[in-house]
Amino acid sequence: MNALAAVGSLTMRYGPTAALDDVSLTIAAGSYTVLLGPSGSGKTTLLSILGGFLQPTSGSVTIKGEDCTMMPPARRPTATVFQDYALFPHMTVGDNVGFGLRMRGVERSARDEKARAMLATVGLPDAFARKPHQLSGGQRQRVALARALVVEPQLLLLDEPLGALDLKLRRQMQDELKSLQQRVGTAFVHVTHDQEEAMALADHIVVMNKGRIEDQGPPQRVYANPRTAFAASFMGESTLIPVASPVAVKLKAKGQVALRPEHIEIVSAGGNLGPAKIEGIVYQGSFIRIQARSLDDLALVFAIRTGTELAVAIGDTVNLAVAPRHVMELGG
Amino acid sequence: MRNANTAGWLAAAPALAFTLVFFILPFAGMVLLSLTAKDADGWTLANYQQFFSNRSYWLGLKNSLEITAIVTLVSIVLAYPFAWILAHVVPERWQRLALLLAILPFWTSYVVRSYSWLLVLAEKGVINDLIQGLGLADAPIQMANTRFATITGFVHFFVMLLTLTIYANLKQLSPNYAKAAADLGASPFRTFWHVILPLTLPGIMVGAFLTFVLAIGDYITPQILGGNNELVLPQVIMMQIGRRGDFPLSSALAIILMLVITLAYVACARWLKLERV
Amino acid sequence: MRKAAAIAYAALLYGFIFLPVAMLILFSFQGSQVPVPPFNGPSLKWYQAILSDSRLTVALLNSIAVAILSSLVAVVLGFLAAWGFARFSLKWPGFWKAVITLPLTVSYLIIGMGLLIFFNGLGLPKSLFALGIAHVVINMPLCFAIILSQMTANQANIERAARDLGARDWQVLVLITAPMLWPALFASFFLAVTFSWDEFIMAFLLTRFDTTLPVEIWNLLKGGLSPRTNAVGALVFAVSVILAIVFELVAFRKRNT
Repeated sequence: MNALAAVGSLTMRYGPTAALDDVSLTIAAGSYTVLLGPSGSGKTTLLSILGGFLQPTSGSVTIKGEDCTMMPPARRPTATVFQDYALFPHMTVGDNVGFGLRMRGVERSARDEKARAMLATVGLPDAFARKPHQLSGGQRQRVALARALVVEPQLLLLDEPLGALDLKLRRQMQDELKSLQQRVGTAFVHVTHDQEEAMALADHIVVMNKGRIEDQGPPQRVYANPRTAFAASFMGESTLIPVASPVAVKLKAKGQVALRPEHIEIVSAGGNLGPAKIEGIVYQGSFIRIQARSLDDLALVFAIRTGTELAVAIGDTVNLAVAPRHVMELGG
Repeated sequence: MRNANTAGWLAAAPALAFTLVFFILPFAGMVLLSLTAKDADGWTLANYQQFFSNRSYWLGLKNSLEITAIVTLVSIVLAYPFAWILAHVVPERWQRLALLLAILPFWTSYVVRSYSWLLVLAEKGVINDLIQGLGLADAPIQMANTRFATITGFVHFFVMLLTLTIYANLKQLSPNYAKAAADLGASPFRTFWHVILPLTLPGIMVGAFLTFVLAIGDYITPQILGGNNELVLPQVIMMQIGRRGDFPLSSALAIILMLVITLAYVACARWLKLERV
Repeated sequence: MRKAAAIAYAALLYGFIFLPVAMLILFSFQGSQVPVPPFNGPSLKWYQAILSDSRLTVALLNSIAVAILSSLVAVVLGFLAAWGFARFSLKWPGFWKAVITLPLTVSYLIIGMGLLIFFNGLGLPKSLFALGIAHVVINMPLCFAIILSQMTANQANIERAARDLGARDWQVLVLITAPMLWPALFASFFLAVTFSWDEFIMAFLLTRFDTTLPVEIWNLLKGGLSPRTNAVGALVFAVSVILAIVFELVAFRKRNT
């Protein structure tokens, strides 16, 4: 792997609480890394340290082989897209995009040309003379991207960039972000709490919780084979089976395991998960969500996703099974 | 729908009627009165002509404008860094207390505040006491009853007011503006000059406008601290009412004062509107 | 280095802001006849003098009465009008709102003069009542603007819900709208009281024998510098500071919950 940036043993303390606790991470050149976690997981703190807006309590930040731990934001080869975009409201879109070049002493005609080109790249060829408040949310987002990309950073940092957009626009901008990243080839580090967004964008997902990295790797691997219970549940709905449960014994599990809802099958007889009683059925259009309580372990409720053709009712007792390759063994 | 609106009109009616009777009518009366003469019948523009021909009235307006301009400028220059320090240097948890302290004397009686500056600036006051004690001057320096005293008293009041408005403006700016500018390579000075200052300009303008309107219409501070050596327009007006009982002339002067304020208001509003587009 | 400069500057400004107040308070405890250095005290005799001065105590009571009554009227009128314009589609709302808020842009001196001339013309004598009307003129627009700015569309829905459940207009107003807007009502009342309490020029123009505290203090000033004036000023300051702190605490608690 061609490492562009690395953070080593980062710790960030605010008094007694640790926002980051011994975090290490490598970012490959040209990759799309997504930091995924709930609020308070430390993902934004990590991004701020990468951008130079915070100095860590201990640990190091290296970008292109250079120690940047104490370097101010302006001197780092990074650029940040802020959650609220932070577009300067008193400047035109063109002046916003050209701001970084202006600070680098680029003269007006040259920076206007570059700004126009970058606006075209993000899909806003006609916005140059407008003011930020005349744009829609999605358009502002693109201007913020253009403003950060025009200074040609090695690493683009995005702090919940789609958080302010409505769901439909979010999915659309998601696709555009991905294709933009592939075109410009800059490494992106993107912070979000939306696992769908993370799955759609990332080459490399980093699941964070309480200041630690729970799991990291390619999205398919993190989804299908998470390392921890937290990663399993945060990446999608799952049924957690504790090691002491009779069901776990039946599965011959060595530790705690998790099952994705689409992997649990309803079978006519037998089944390695044993019998369960259906407690809830929700029709969701293309599939049905079923909640069923295990008869072997009354503390255990399975979450099941199945096709709509299945005829079952609340109160029915069914037999459940899972293919051994879909049993996710969790560490820790 | 008409029935529903009747309740709305009933609710608004007392306030509208009150404003009409006790504000619009008196004001109209004042305008009419300004077009009469104290000792003669019939309509006349004599009062306004007098303003333009009598040097002492002109001088009153000139003094008012000069003093107000100096006060506005000095107050902004003093208050901006102070508000900045309160917003960005003082730790977050102490900011409310620091701000409360900074505007505490704001709550004292306006008359008392002017008087207390008299204590400081008087011939035998603390400053002269200090200067003579240090041997910097042999005789007391005359500070009370001068333009300097009026300006000091005004600046004291408006520094507090402007600190409050500028602080509020600074705090409502997203910290990400400064971060974004720094991220894009701007030095602290250029961040301030290109981003923070333009974004706080509306707050400064609103504060400056308030300062202008309140200072130019004030009688107390110039009367207590400036004395009678150099009259401002409100003092001239009060003198016409008090000593001479000349209501028509004082009405005319008051209307001229109001026109000046309106002019400032229009200029300020146009500027704010232009800024927004 | 930069931080040291900032602290020095802030200290300088705090000094400037508090210097006159400190002198005011210090020399209110002066033992001799003039409130200038050297300080020979502390003595409480000036406080005794003012507390036994019936002119001052009467003026104090007058100030309180005018402030509270005029502010109550201002809040009620302002609230009703704000409700009318926020909840009904009245004709020309921009024009009428501008009419109500117009007095905010005119100097107290000019409004006071206008009323003086107006009351003169009607043959009404100078009085505390006339002053009360003047204070409603200056404070009602303020209350109106504050309360109107706090009336949101969400509250309109709550009012609709109350109507839907059978409440009449006046019941909605008294049982729903006013309690919902309590912070805005309180804030505007408090501001109105503060402005009325401190207002001098109108009181000077519109009252004669029975007058308010700022005018009495003004009368004291005619005798030149005196620790007596310091004592009155220091007391007024103490009361204002206590009120400001109470307001801060109430407002702050509001925001926390």
